Amino acid sequence: MPTAHICSIVPISKTVGANRIVPSVAIPHPLGDPEKSPEEETQIRRGLVEKALTALETEIAEQRVFD
Amino acid sequence: MPGKIRVIHYINQFFGGLGGEEKGSLAPQWFIGPRGPGSLIQQLAPEIEVVGTIVVGDNYMAEHLDEGAAKIIALLETEIARDKGLRPNLVMAGPAFAAGRYGMSCGAVCQSVQETFGIPAVTAMHPDNPALDIYRQALTVVRAEADVMGMRAALEGMVRVGRKLVAGEDIDPQTDGTIPRGLRQNYFAETTGAERAIEMLMRKLRGEEIGTEYPMPVFSRVPPAAPVADMGSATLALVTSGGIVPRGNPDRIESANASKYGEYSLEGLDRLSADSHQSVHGGYDTTYANEDPNRVLPLDVVRDLVREGRIGRLHETYFATVGNATSVKRAEAYGREIAAKLVNVGVQAVILTST
Repeated sequence: MPTAHICSIVPISKTVGANRIVPSVAIPHPLGDPEKSPEEETQIRRGLVEKALTALETEIAEQRVFD
Repeated sequence: MPGKIRVIHYINQFFGGLGGEEKGSLAPQWFIGPRGPGSLIQQLAPEIEVVGTIVVGDNYMAEHLDEGAAKIIALLETEIARDKGLRPNLVMAGPAFAAGRYGMSCGAVCQSVQETFGIPAVTAMHPDNPALDIYRQALTVVRAEADVMGMRAALEGMVRVGRKLVAGEDIDPQTDGTIPRGLRQNYFAETTGAERAIEMLMRKLRGEEIGTEYPMPVFSRVPPAAPVADMGSATLALVTSGGIVPRGNPDRIESANASKYGEYSLEGLDRLSADSHQSVHGGYDTTYANEDPNRVLPLDVVRDLVREGRIGRLHETYFATVGNATSVKRAEAYGREIAAKLVNVGVQAVILTST
């Protein structure tokens, strides 16, 4: 089944063979940003998950980074 | 000239000439002298005498690994008590090539013999043999080809290494053709890492063979899965390697080199919180994840998206492990198991989050 990998280190994800890759914010907070307000964080998080959903719905022939 | 090296050889039913798969459940059988490839061992090394052969069915051992090994030890003790001349200096098992069951039983027998009798044991396997994961550290395993075409070479290796083990010499994977045991040996290099790195760069610039001090693992590729036609009618599952677990880490998932993954319920949870969950990952600063675990496992926005119809359904169980120093083999195994579980319950897509 399709899997979207939301991750901080895209080269690692590519090397280990993930096919649908969504770059995240940062290692300690991939789907958040403590510098921002809670509302802004939620927006950021939502944006990344929506990107992941797009990746899941996209036909691909090889590894692709969705950013 | 030292006396003969007395060897007891352990082989499966096929190499023992007792039958094929149909004889897989064969209990341990004892034969005086060599059998099957044992004869070739004696030809290759005149100072080796294969004094006895134990033949066991692959399934017998695979299904009762500990019991089987114990039975073999008991069998050896009985035969040696009967005839002291059988007391071996060395036990040789296989070669098992790439065969998983045979590799497991060779591994179990060698390990038991080493532990019980304190005598050296040697076997041979192809680097892909699944048994290596379990026995690599405890045993000396000669590198073999994938199948019986490599019989002679494997036995030659086992003989060479066997001699060294009996003589109490150190084995070096580079020169002795054994599979690295994953043991670290410190040594003093004559030049610093910086100097060796520059030398490596110079070789590269001159177009010479660069070499490597550390061979990189090779990762397999999986063809991309077909996309979900419409997430609005699909079931999504969440998986994370970021170590997000229920507060208290009920399954005691380790913060590095995790030996397991957990399955946790999301029922009744609209979002994760500092009270309900925590991160046990030892490879990043977990302050932000502990303050708000949704920053690693985005339950809150996924719930919103389900309510809005963008996602059909969220599977109410999520899977978590710690992706810190996790061996590739283990990670692959967890992935396979989790995928099977998800497929079984009709999940159609996964979001995997990593830190």
